[in-house]
Amino acid sequence: MGDEARGARGALRIGIDVGGTNTDAVVLDAADRVVAKAKRPTTPDVTGGLLAALGAVLAELDRSGTPRDVARVMLGTTHATNAVLERRGLGRVAVLRLGAPATTSVPPLSDWPGSLRAAVSAGEAVLPGGHYVDGREIGPLDRDAVRRFLDGVEADAVAVTGVFSPATAEHERAVAELVADEYGLPVSVSHEIGSLGLLERENATVLNAALYGVAGNVTGALAGALAEHGLTATPYLAQNDGTLMTTEHAARLPVSTIGSGPANSLRGAAFLSGVSDAVVADVGGTSTDLGVLTGGFPRESAAAVEIGGVLTNFRMPDILAIALGGGTVVRDHAVGPASVGYRITEEALVFGGSTVTMTDAAVAAGRVPPDGEGWRDRLGDRSEGFRDTLERAVAAADAMVADAVDRMALGRADRPLVAVGGGAFLLPPRVPGVSGVVRPRHAEVANAVGAAIALASGRVDTILPAGESRSKAIERVKEEAAARAVAAGADSSRVEIVDLLEVPLSYLSEPAVRVHVKAAGPLAR
Amino acid sequence: MKIQASDVAALARGCAVLGTGGGGDVRTGALAARRAIQEYGEVPLVRLADLPGDALVVPLSGIGAPTVSHEMIHGEDEPRRIAEEIERIFGRPPSAVMSSEIGGANGVAPVAWAAQLGLPLLDADGMGRAFPEVQMVSMYVAGLPADLVIMSDVAGNVVTIRPVDGLWSERLARAVCVAAGSHALMADYVLTADGARGAVIEGTVTRALAVGRATDGAADPLGALRGELGAYELITGKLADVERRTAGGFVRGTATVEGTGADRGRVLTLELQNENLVAMAGGRILAMVPDLITVVDTETAAAIQTESLRYGQRVTALAWPCDPLWRTPKGLETAGPRAFGYDLDYVPVEELAAHG
Repeated sequence: MGDEARGARGALRIGIDVGGTNTDAVVLDAADRVVAKAKRPTTPDVTGGLLAALGAVLAELDRSGTPRDVARVMLGTTHATNAVLERRGLGRVAVLRLGAPATTSVPPLSDWPGSLRAAVSAGEAVLPGGHYVDGREIGPLDRDAVRRFLDGVEADAVAVTGVFSPATAEHERAVAELVADEYGLPVSVSHEIGSLGLLERENATVLNAALYGVAGNVTGALAGALAEHGLTATPYLAQNDGTLMTTEHAARLPVSTIGSGPANSLRGAAFLSGVSDAVVADVGGTSTDLGVLTGGFPRESAAAVEIGGVLTNFRMPDILAIALGGGTVVRDHAVGPASVGYRITEEALVFGGSTVTMTDAAVAAGRVPPDGEGWRDRLGDRSEGFRDTLERAVAAADAMVADAVDRMALGRADRPLVAVGGGAFLLPPRVPGVSGVVRPRHAEVANAVGAAIALASGRVDTILPAGESRSKAIERVKEEAAARAVAAGADSSRVEIVDLLEVPLSYLSEPAVRVHVKAAGPLAR
Repeated sequence: MKIQASDVAALARGCAVLGTGGGGDVRTGALAARRAIQEYGEVPLVRLADLPGDALVVPLSGIGAPTVSHEMIHGEDEPRRIAEEIERIFGRPPSAVMSSEIGGANGVAPVAWAAQLGLPLLDADGMGRAFPEVQMVSMYVAGLPADLVIMSDVAGNVVTIRPVDGLWSERLARAVCVAAGSHALMADYVLTADGARGAVIEGTVTRALAVGRATDGAADPLGALRGELGAYELITGKLADVERRTAGGFVRGTATVEGTGADRGRVLTLELQNENLVAMAGGRILAMVPDLITVVDTETAAAIQTESLRYGQRVTALAWPCDPLWRTPKGLETAGPRAFGYDLDYVPVEELAAHG
């Protein structure tokens, strides 16, 4: 992969990340330098803000005389999240579980909020099929029963969840084939989407099937925007574990685009700082998200993740959010949780407004952003009481940060804190529990950088015998994970296993282990 | 009183608190309970005194591997087949369902099983908390013979075991469970109402409900929970370390809590073995099994299972007295500190607190 190869496909990459307040975009050159960056307000329809941020960085390229030689555009977006939260644009899903007579005590979607279930479900059935933990069939697959169920529903897509499919997927595959051949409907199969834990995996599979239309809209909007700007770049979407997938892949697994923001900001922080083991604080306008980088990847949460009131077993970054941001309102004896949010540039004292914010308190304490020269003078002469209030606010904020860092650091004090986000200047020069505070350049757009530099990945979660055949079986699982990474867009010659977790299982006839493998690699050129 | 769908959340919270860190996740059982009440109607909660002397009470529990129970959930017909087998053996149908273990998953799932059978739930259980082994039940302590086990699996099989003693009961039931895919429903010690008197721990469903409701909407959830339980607060602080090791088929471990606020400078260590078993601070024991020790989130007072303990959590450890049955010589022999391998003479938590 010489520079020649880069030149042939374009030298630039654009990363775009849609956040709650702002949509950020960056352009990286072939040497991974930031050559353009922009922040635009996130719009209610998401697409508007995305187009504005993209247009802004392209205009900056034009101004600097850099050709629009863009090979790839990577997008981390909240389209899917918003669709679920607002029950908007969701497809009707035929929900099929294979496992009867097992599992009937808790039918599909039992724990869904009524309004989401009404918006999504075209009908639910628990039919014979699925497997035991040891791979035996619970019952044979009844294809006619599947047909009878599908004949009786009006659906845009089908979601199929088989008991123990992460270990034995053949029934799910057979149904997917039947649906595609005979009904021509898109199908979500649970073994491609989640890990063990039937109800959580089923929920994610149904959400995935409901989001096919939304995924089409996102990829359509992105393709349209690229065409409008005369770009021939290949588009990618960011997913919740900090890796990328092609738009074709995203069209099949739209649910994994949910929650990509925190992962992008963690990966961007690792890239910009050059530190791969660190605590990361992303300070925004309203809140600060803390996460942990281990070997350059986000540490994942052990707890189940809820999306729109539905429990799923996604592996998401372990994030601790605290109510502290640049727009956090300061009162006599309290800091936040209220915030002026995106109105900070009108309301904060340093911007000529009349609300005392954390930005003002930080500036008074001599903490100013790189572009904040002269801000301190704007605060003018104030009473001693007022200066006291600001000092107390800074002390309180520093204590909040120290407490949050301590919660996330798991007792290790040898790693630095990487400060990113538009409000990173709020953080003190020294924080207890970390070896130092790193403030990389371009930290305010770390999330968009994270999208631009992300790898493609694949993962497998299954159960294997613990005996002599174990090592061979694990090799096969590694190959499967690598194949999935390649399917998501990774370069097959540079895929590596980045995570391997083995957990022994108890109370089984044959000793067995649960194995989780993740493979990742740079995008194929 | 009848258990309604709206009671299930409080019951599940209470069962988690009585689970002393173990007993399994209450979520799936709570979903099954709500669904069964909606489908089959509310579940009457009856006292032993409400039942005729020869009425049959079925203690039910799910057994198997936790990983399997989260994937291959119970079928809806499993309780019915056990009830049919009981009728075949005894010549009359059961009159009530009982939870074998009020702490954790097996405390809330019996609501679903009772609803599916159209039977009332007995306001009692066999532990008053959670324990890891099958023989650690009040029926065993009371000297009832372990001579009948009925199991029902997802495929529809029913297995009746007539073991010669508790050891065989455990050994055979485990073998059947493994063959059935490592997950089954089990009836153990089928009782008459007369036989159950003194052999079960009464009032525990009502207690779990009250414990769960105490924190609901409370301004001070921790204070409300402590008051409802009559619990001693062992420490409030931060989880500083959790060490886990697998030994003898059970996960053992030690959790360390560093005191904060008024407890600053104190350190509590907690010995774990599926459940929280022994609490120590400053070289002194503060509470030990079979008294109940539960770690809760300091802010919400929600119980935290031993497998979910993580560094940095802000927690409070609470301890309170067990049922008097566990303090008898046979009770302590069955589930006292020595039954778990700790070379300790049992001292009730209230005496330990009085000397603190």
